[in-house]
Amino acid sequence: MSRTGAWSLRAPSPLPGWGLSLGITLTLLSLVVLLPIGALLTRAAGIGPAELWATIGSERVLSALALSFRAALIAALFNLVFGLALAWVLVRYDFPGRKLVDAAVDLPFALPTAVAGIALTALYAPNGILGGPIQDWFGFRVAYTEIGIWIALVFVGLPFVVRTVQPVIAEIEQEVEEASATLGATRLTTWRRVILPMLTPALLTGFALSLARAVGEYGSVIFIAGNLPFKTEIAPLLIVIRLEEFDYNGAVAIALAMLAISFVLLLLINLIQVWSRRHTAGA
Amino acid sequence: MADMTISPPALSAPVPRPARFTRCTDEPRWLRWTLTILVLAVLAVLVVIPLASVFFEALRDGWALAVESLAEPDAWAAVKLTLIVAAVAVPLNALFGVAAAWALTKFQWRGKAVLLTLIDLPFSVSPVVAGLCIILLFGANSDFGGWLVANGYPIVFAVPGIILATMFITFPFVARELVPLMTEQGKAEEEAALTLGASGWRMFLTVTLPNIKWALLYGVLLCNARAMGEFGAVAVVSGKIRGETATMPIMIEMLYNEYLSVAAFTMAAVLTLLALVTLTLKSLLEWRYADQLAAAGGRH
Repeated sequence: MSRTGAWSLRAPSPLPGWGLSLGITLTLLSLVVLLPIGALLTRAAGIGPAELWATIGSERVLSALALSFRAALIAALFNLVFGLALAWVLVRYDFPGRKLVDAAVDLPFALPTAVAGIALTALYAPNGILGGPIQDWFGFRVAYTEIGIWIALVFVGLPFVVRTVQPVIAEIEQEVEEASATLGATRLTTWRRVILPMLTPALLTGFALSLARAVGEYGSVIFIAGNLPFKTEIAPLLIVIRLEEFDYNGAVAIALAMLAISFVLLLLINLIQVWSRRHTAGA
Repeated sequence: MADMTISPPALSAPVPRPARFTRCTDEPRWLRWTLTILVLAVLAVLVVIPLASVFFEALRDGWALAVESLAEPDAWAAVKLTLIVAAVAVPLNALFGVAAAWALTKFQWRGKAVLLTLIDLPFSVSPVVAGLCIILLFGANSDFGGWLVANGYPIVFAVPGIILATMFITFPFVARELVPLMTEQGKAEEEAALTLGASGWRMFLTVTLPNIKWALLYGVLLCNARAMGEFGAVAVVSGKIRGETATMPIMIEMLYNEYLSVAAFTMAAVLTLLALVTLTLKSLLEWRYADQLAAAGGRH
């Protein structure tokens, strides 16, 4: 084992277990994650670009992909705003039962998606406790429409923004806000010019996590969506349908499109994050 | 609920307090009230009412029917399968988490950033796509999978596939808890143990493990909750054979689609209770051992 040298793989260390721990890590990582994803990419390469494009370009696939990403963006945007408000209330305001509410925020992480799916459907169905009154008073249906999909995705993505922003709010030194106030800023200006810039990186991280989760979400959506082709059929469901038809190539094409779009979106959010960090660091 | 918040002024003599004084770092009172009520209302509609409705629907026709539906042999098989899958997948992921955190935090080497990114990869892959990947690698149609099936070791539409799919989805959970904590702790204590003559394993068992035990438990807790509840990835690879490859979430879907509402919601209620226990334990860990959990943000 080479221990020194500028081009050696690792810096010398007296601690044991590098080989063992890295061995376990790489073996499990390859077996569980890398090889399966590799199998998908190999299969996609075998299909060839022409057939991939033809499958992805079909009207049903395009509308499923558009729905998945549109609904995920809407849910993640809602969670961005609502998560910020919730985190702020939890850190700054005191009210009875605050710790209980704080614990309840994590429920969407702990509750299985299928359970969330049937519970939300029972509530928001036209004969449900919430779905009935909404239809009577406001005249629209929630379950079995795109609105139902939004609700399911808001549910599963709810904790991400709260949990990334909450610790950052807790660490804000209030002297900074006081300084801003003594210099004549209104509370709104302080919020816009002092607090929000400090929270931006965490907000973006939470947004990205929430978005990534919502795009691929399956369990909570399929019950409430109604699953009508061209209308409320999400992309992951279409993959399952293709698999049930033994159309593996079709499934692979949709999966590849989802991976590619997710990748581009996350890359974009990362770039904004780098930019905003540099922006606030210079201020 | 009220006794959970600390209210010192009520006890002693009334503290003189300016009547209409708000600090400059406070929002106006009306805004505070509006925001709090609004946030709590949304949370109630989105989280609390659905939670309550699971139990309401399960017990709609009385306890007897609910208990009866759980006593069905297929329901039992689903519970057992879910426990088996979690019992294999969670320890393996805990092993992975500790090993990955050790390699990533105690040594300086090239490629660390790449490994960190790869560990997070399952977070950005749809569960359905994860299941598809496993079918493509291990399914009877692939070279490798075909060979396994021919030799009597089917993976897809069998228990090993369900375990693999569950592991894929829960892969980053333990590692993500341990990496920030162990980075912060550094390696001075381990080096001291070695200097004092401890063997590698002794150092790990008596120095490292006590330092990370609460964070490890925290990660295992979250990993287990997700493992028992995973639906999308398992639905793709399980084949949904009743009594054989149907886990509890899959069973919920099958019962629900057969309009067996009470049975579906009873099984859902069991998983909901599990989620509530998980949340309680998680909150306890957070309150008591906050300093020994990952100090960095972004916990989940």
